[in-house]
Amino acid sequence: MNTMNPVIDQDAKVEKAPEPPAGNGINDADLEGRTVGRPFADAPKFSLRDVEVFYGETRAIKRISLDIARNEVIAFIGPSGCGKSTFLRCLNRMNDSIDICRVKGQLQLDGHDIYDPKRDVVELRARVGMVFQKPNPFPKSIYDNVAYGPRIHGLANRKSDLDDIVERSLRGAGLWNEVKDRLDTPGTGLSGGQQQRLCIARAIAVSPEVVLMDEPCSALDPIATARIEELIAELSESYTIIIVTHSMQQAARVSDRTAYFHLGHLVEVNETNKVFTTPQHPLTESYITGRFG
Amino acid sequence: MNNQQQAELVRQSLKRRYRKERRFRLYGILAIAIALAALVTLFADIIGKGYTGFIKTTITLEVPLDPQTMYLEDATDKDAFNMADFKAPLLTALHNVLPETGKGDNRDLGHLLSSYAANKVRDTLEADLSLLGTTQTMSFLVSDDVSVYVKHADDPNYSIQLSEKQQRWVDRLQERGIIQNSFNDVFFENGDSRDPGHAGVLGAIVGSLLTMVVTLLLSFPIGVAAAIYLEEFAPQNRLTDFIEVNINNLAAVPSIIFGLLGLAVFINLFGLPRSVPLVGGLVLTLMTLPTIIISSRAAIKSVPPSIREAAEGIGASRMQVVLHHVLPLALPGMLTGSIIGMAQALGETAPLLLIGMVAFIVDVPSGFVDSATVLPVQIFLWAGSPELAFIERASAAIMVLLTFLIAMNALAIWLRRRLERRW
Amino acid sequence: MQPGNLFPLVVVLIAIAFALGYARSRAIATPLGGIRHLKSLPFYYAARASLWCGLPALIIFALWLGFEDKVIQTMVIGSLPADLQPDSPGRASLVLSQISNVASGALSPKFVPEPIAGAAERLMALRAESKMMMTLLVICVAVLGAFVAWLRIAPHINAREKVESTLRKIFFMCAGLAILTTVGIIFSVIFETIHFFNKVSFVEFFFGTSWSPQTAIRADQVGSSGAFGMIPLFVGTLLISGIAMLVAVPVGLMSAIYLSEYASRRMRGIVKPLLELLAGVPTVVYGFFAALTVAPFIADAASWLGIDASTESALAAGLVMGIMIIPFVSSLSDDVINAVPQTMRDGSLALGATQAETMTKVIFPAALPGIMGGILLAVSRAIGETMIVVMAAGLAANLTINPLEAVTTVTVQIVTLLTGDQEFDSAKTLSAFALGMMLFIVTLALNVLALHVVRKYREQYE
Repeated sequence: MNTMNPVIDQDAKVEKAPEPPAGNGINDADLEGRTVGRPFADAPKFSLRDVEVFYGETRAIKRISLDIARNEVIAFIGPSGCGKSTFLRCLNRMNDSIDICRVKGQLQLDGHDIYDPKRDVVELRARVGMVFQKPNPFPKSIYDNVAYGPRIHGLANRKSDLDDIVERSLRGAGLWNEVKDRLDTPGTGLSGGQQQRLCIARAIAVSPEVVLMDEPCSALDPIATARIEELIAELSESYTIIIVTHSMQQAARVSDRTAYFHLGHLVEVNETNKVFTTPQHPLTESYITGRFG
Repeated sequence: MNNQQQAELVRQSLKRRYRKERRFRLYGILAIAIALAALVTLFADIIGKGYTGFIKTTITLEVPLDPQTMYLEDATDKDAFNMADFKAPLLTALHNVLPETGKGDNRDLGHLLSSYAANKVRDTLEADLSLLGTTQTMSFLVSDDVSVYVKHADDPNYSIQLSEKQQRWVDRLQERGIIQNSFNDVFFENGDSRDPGHAGVLGAIVGSLLTMVVTLLLSFPIGVAAAIYLEEFAPQNRLTDFIEVNINNLAAVPSIIFGLLGLAVFINLFGLPRSVPLVGGLVLTLMTLPTIIISSRAAIKSVPPSIREAAEGIGASRMQVVLHHVLPLALPGMLTGSIIGMAQALGETAPLLLIGMVAFIVDVPSGFVDSATVLPVQIFLWAGSPELAFIERASAAIMVLLTFLIAMNALAIWLRRRLERRW
Repeated sequence: MQPGNLFPLVVVLIAIAFALGYARSRAIATPLGGIRHLKSLPFYYAARASLWCGLPALIIFALWLGFEDKVIQTMVIGSLPADLQPDSPGRASLVLSQISNVASGALSPKFVPEPIAGAAERLMALRAESKMMMTLLVICVAVLGAFVAWLRIAPHINAREKVESTLRKIFFMCAGLAILTTVGIIFSVIFETIHFFNKVSFVEFFFGTSWSPQTAIRADQVGSSGAFGMIPLFVGTLLISGIAMLVAVPVGLMSAIYLSEYASRRMRGIVKPLLELLAGVPTVVYGFFAALTVAPFIADAASWLGIDASTESALAAGLVMGIMIIPFVSSLSDDVINAVPQTMRDGSLALGATQAETMTKVIFPAALPGIMGGILLAVSRAIGETMIVVMAAGLAANLTINPLEAVTTVTVQIVTLLTGDQEFDSAKTLSAFALGMMLFIVTLALNVLALHVVRKYREQYE
């Protein structure tokens, strides 16, 4: 695929990203592999050790280790270009389609290596779904958008099964009541917030175990954002959710744990309320108090 | 349905889906393979048919220019000179190199030489009468039949017209180096001819060149001017829209329609002569203009607005902005587009057939209103000939044409790399 | 003076006008205290003088050259005695060629009637006179124009504005040439077409199933009228275009998909230029390939299989035309597929779709309108393609859909009818223009539709 991915653009800027305020004397060597807080968990869903990501020569992710627990909501925050989206896209190998991107380190889902050459990426993505920054419904009907995943994976044997899945997913995404009378109209005709909920319905229609969300509200207005945040809270009962966000308020509202990224380093991970009330690392503190970002 | 069952279902479907994936990929590779195979076959076919067109077969003889054998008593008498038998010394020369032949073989021997051989003797003598009575070493083209025998003896597509006896002669002369193959300079020095041995592409190349000069001189300035108008000055109105619609459509109108236009307007209405590079150039101008306008507009569009704003900011008029700043920056792009347009025009045949550039023309044209033909039409004419020797010439001419086209495209690519700026 | 010499002379006059204008504007500026007291730079005053000198002169020059012949011919014909006045355009062109042959010395005046010889002399005299008058007029207008502009150089005149507005008008006319060309195309076919339908009925042309335009030379010959039913040509054109599309669409589309979705950067870098090379090969070369290699090969293969095949088969022309159109379809599809946003691909891949599923179920349906537009353009090209069919498809107007038989097409007939000896005004010659009109209308409709579809498609993703 030759269209450059937006993620590349972000990470191309890594070198130029705003340096932390001078004077606190922090450099790469101090940050690398020295995450403060509580990065590890027992019997995690994802176990990630010494993860490095390269774009050509540029090192976009610098030896990050992190565990993600079952059914938790974890938020990735940090200034733009800090590598949080890149890191997220490693988890269902969406970076595969970028020629120059290489991933090193150990990434395991339920104890199985994600980047194992024998690993089936289709199966992986069926288990780890994703919602993107901009709503991207297919130019098909609402029904076909949701039914697309179950169809390609052969999850429904009969039309009625498929109908059930579609209804369940749309209900799950809180969209059913708004669209149940016009399932055959194009998905692109919905409002921005509805489109994003449609994309969430599309993702949960294949009953994934994990849902990755890459700034899912950045293109939406506050009311639609609130609606999605409620939805995340509901979904957290049955899914592991990893959400990248620009908004600290959003991270505080929806997540159990928060991870702070800085220039490709994972600086601090902890319970969300601890990160926002008593940050342990000076960089985290600077960021949440708005000194840069 | 829980996650385990679900994962199981997905896993079950994988094999089938990957088979599909592989099949899909295979179709893609197959498609590319077909396209490339066609390309290779096309080029191999043309080179295979035509490379012998660049080889000429000549025979070198010691010709005794004896006045007696030519029945030329008084060489200063114009009429007597014209009546002389210039073939006789050639036959004598052949008898000398093939001692076993006698007077009875004259007919068969005569068939070995090109029909223009006697003319060459005549022209040599006419130029310098003092050669009379001497013996001169002269080279002649062999006849087509001999040429085919020498070049294509093993090719089943060609039928050998020579008798057993003649074949033996030719074999012996070849062994002794009297009949030789060499680079076919005649092909590049002559115009068309009824005799394939003497037919060349010079006339067609010059015709193409003259036509291209007319096309370039008209289409480049007009195309650039039109592009500047549409990008920089045109108001947003119906007329502008209509012009744009027209340009886009003309880019897709079949070329033969432009031939009809040329016939009806330039020849029938304005009374311009048929078969001349001027009219050919006019028709090809109208045909290439849309291409040049479209690519020039793209080049103008790629000049960043900041340049325009900078110039306007210091009080330059719109026209000054365009002529001093936008045009020089867009010129490489415009040139590239124009060269590609010219390459198209150079390969175009159909419209030129309709304005009469399809005539049999021996002379190399010397001006824009001289009867002429162009390279693609020359190929068309030779390809339609029943004689295989002309097919060989047509393939060789195709190679010449393709060389020109590839050179032009390479020039365009080089220009683009060399001059185009990245913003 | 010869036109070839007059043109350089006018160019020299333009240069002189420029130099004089420049000198005068400087001379006027000096007493005022320098050129900044002029409204415009001296360059613009000089340019204005050049325009005044060159433009009217060159326009007169071009018009004179364009209509000189027609006017002189009419005058010569008009001077003939009544009994020699031609009664039809066909006769007129015959008489004219006789006169000009005498005038050029190709025909001795001894062999023609007295008035014709006289007319020839008159023709020569008129031509000489016309040359003379043209030279005088053009030079006078040029000099006069330059002089007026020179006189009107004054500090308060904004020469820049005037030069620029003239340039703008010239630019506009260059752009307007596109309209003029379209109008020219329509006018060059419409009169002949109307003329044709005066001789042959609409019904016969559009619904007749037999095409044999050979009209007899003498009126009393059998079958003197010829047959002008275009159905066989229409079917032949569609048959060959259809075969071409069967080759070009799958191959072009699949190679575009493979190149944009699967191929490595290196492979793209090699294959794309090769496909472009295929697009750059002139049609006459394809025609040569079709007629001399593919057609005999197909005929041999068919006879080896025991099938009867003509040496000029529709299949050969169609196959080669398909090859010609592959790069066209491929590059259009490539554009269209790349216009589908990357987020669509990501959305599908993130659900666990394979690349093939993403392509066939998401990207292809999204790109379909654009691809259809591209295919319509390709069809229009196939219908209008001339050289391949002229060289490989043959002349026999068989009404058949058997690809192994010889068929003929609209373009082949246009070329055949208009090359070689033409009888002016015969139904045979006129029918070529009627066919040209049909061809223009059909391709125009296809192009308009296709361009519209493609534009709508692009707007959707912009």
